[in-house]
Amino acid sequence: MITDVVPLASDATSPVFSWKLLADFQDMWSYLYMVNAFRAGLIVAVVCAVVGWFMVLRRQTFAGHTLSVAAFPGASLAVLAGFSTSLGYFGFCVAAALVIAAMQREGRDGGAEESAVTGTVQAFALACGYLFISLYKGLLEGPTALLFGDFLGITTGQVVTLAVVGAVVLAVLAVIGRPLLFASVDPEVAAGRGVPVRLLGTLFLVLLGAATAEASQITGTLLVFALMVIPAATAQQLTARPGLSLLLSVLLALAACWAGLIAAYYQPYPLGFFVTGFAFAAFVLAHLFRFAREAAGRRAPLQMGSAA
Amino acid sequence: MSTVISQAFFQHALLAGTFIALACGLVGYFLVLRAQIFTGDALSHVAFTGAMAALAGGYDLRLGLFAATIGVGLLIGGLGRRGRADDVVIGSVFAWILGLGAFFLTVYTTSRSGAQGGAGTSVLFGSIFGLHGNQITVAVAVAGAVCLIVLLIARPLLFATLDEAVAAARGVPVRVLGFMFLALVGACAGEATQAVGSLLLLGLLAAPAGAAIRLTDRPYRALALSAALAVAEMWGGLLLSAAAPKLPPSFAIMAVATAVYAATFLVRPARAAHPATA
Repeated sequence: MITDVVPLASDATSPVFSWKLLADFQDMWSYLYMVNAFRAGLIVAVVCAVVGWFMVLRRQTFAGHTLSVAAFPGASLAVLAGFSTSLGYFGFCVAAALVIAAMQREGRDGGAEESAVTGTVQAFALACGYLFISLYKGLLEGPTALLFGDFLGITTGQVVTLAVVGAVVLAVLAVIGRPLLFASVDPEVAAGRGVPVRLLGTLFLVLLGAATAEASQITGTLLVFALMVIPAATAQQLTARPGLSLLLSVLLALAACWAGLIAAYYQPYPLGFFVTGFAFAAFVLAHLFRFAREAAGRRAPLQMGSAA
Repeated sequence: MSTVISQAFFQHALLAGTFIALACGLVGYFLVLRAQIFTGDALSHVAFTGAMAALAGGYDLRLGLFAATIGVGLLIGGLGRRGRADDVVIGSVFAWILGLGAFFLTVYTTSRSGAQGGAGTSVLFGSIFGLHGNQITVAVAVAGAVCLIVLLIARPLLFATLDEAVAAARGVPVRVLGFMFLALVGACAGEATQAVGSLLLLGLLAAPAGAAIRLTDRPYRALALSAALAVAEMWGGLLLSAAAPKLPPSFAIMAVATAVYAATFLVRPARAAHPATA
């Protein structure tokens, strides 16, 4: 039976994991907010992993971080002005993506200044978010949920919004995927072959903004970046084949997200901590695995030589 | 407004803020010039986690701030030269560190009875009007020391920044200077977090330096201008916040700094703005 009751975050009696897996799951799934959190987690993990994979490939992690920061003033303005936070997230993230795309220059020159601009814009965006929150009500509790995530309050309506936006993002990415890959790996040759590199870059930033806005609602503004960058970086450690590493990064993101939800259901610690913790553990394991494989690869010819 | 200015908390904020801004302006100039803004961003996340870990463990918040930021600053210096730690690795590590910070925040607020719920917020966004007593003394002393060291190593550091290969060939200890500089950035980050908070710290490091670099091509003049702008922006922000109590001081400081930086784009068009490395 599914109930719509959301327990208070301060509720002292958190559920206990009993190791009777089936009963535990039935228990967990009897809460609508948990079911919704799992659905939202599925959508967010898939979209983030796919978009994040391209982000890592294109070395746009700093831009991704800046976009994730833009989500905070958007959400807090929505809270202050009383409209839907989803609207605030999407509006600000997509607008910020367009601003970054407009600011991008052709040459690599002026890297120092460009990073100074990005840093200032980032800090100012966060300062605005802080202002909106403090204008709304005192400072207690307000920002923490927006910054670090809160999965207890996800409604069915929000899940539908997430699904629609996620589907649009993935559909656009499926259409532009091949030329985007080409433009990311070798922009000059792609431009020479008539691929609209700059247009694709702008389009991709907008997709990145939309995906950031989606994920912010689950992991919070500050930890979105984790869900985008860590699974993709892990997958690209493990394999060089594009299709396989894309699939791998989706699976890793999904595993981190769902495992994080289960852990956060049983423990009083924030979801963002578990999601980043699991994802990062996989990242470290992937590194160790690669080192071990490289070490084995170096040893192998030596052994053959000694056997001969 | 005059009643606010005459009060002790405002004068404390003005005193500590002046020194903090001075240190940020000087360190920030080199940070921008060396294109290490991403490092500054990373250290701001570390500052949050360090402070929260100290609170959760029952120690003084400042202990965690300085230990974490200076330690990680040195660590980045150690990893960076070998060329293995790129943006993606730094991004992955700091995303996780921030998650860890969220964990310590929860540990602190749930396990310690009598813990203030606003502690996390004040570390994230600063509480310059809440400084008192020995906090002021420590702030002034640390910021003063940072300024002094920056000024002492300014000449070789500038040389090492602008032309690393030639500097190394002339016997400038480029690597040691790099380490020292990152330790200074760490100390500065730990310091400024108390004033503007770990999330907004990046703005205080980047905005005055970015503006100074746009306004003049000459290195020493830009360094002095960066420090002067940082102090002026700090004062402007504090006064603005005193005049309009609804504006939190960190927001006001950041708003003034951003406005000044934006104004430099009007003074000097974007295209001709990068011969500063000459």
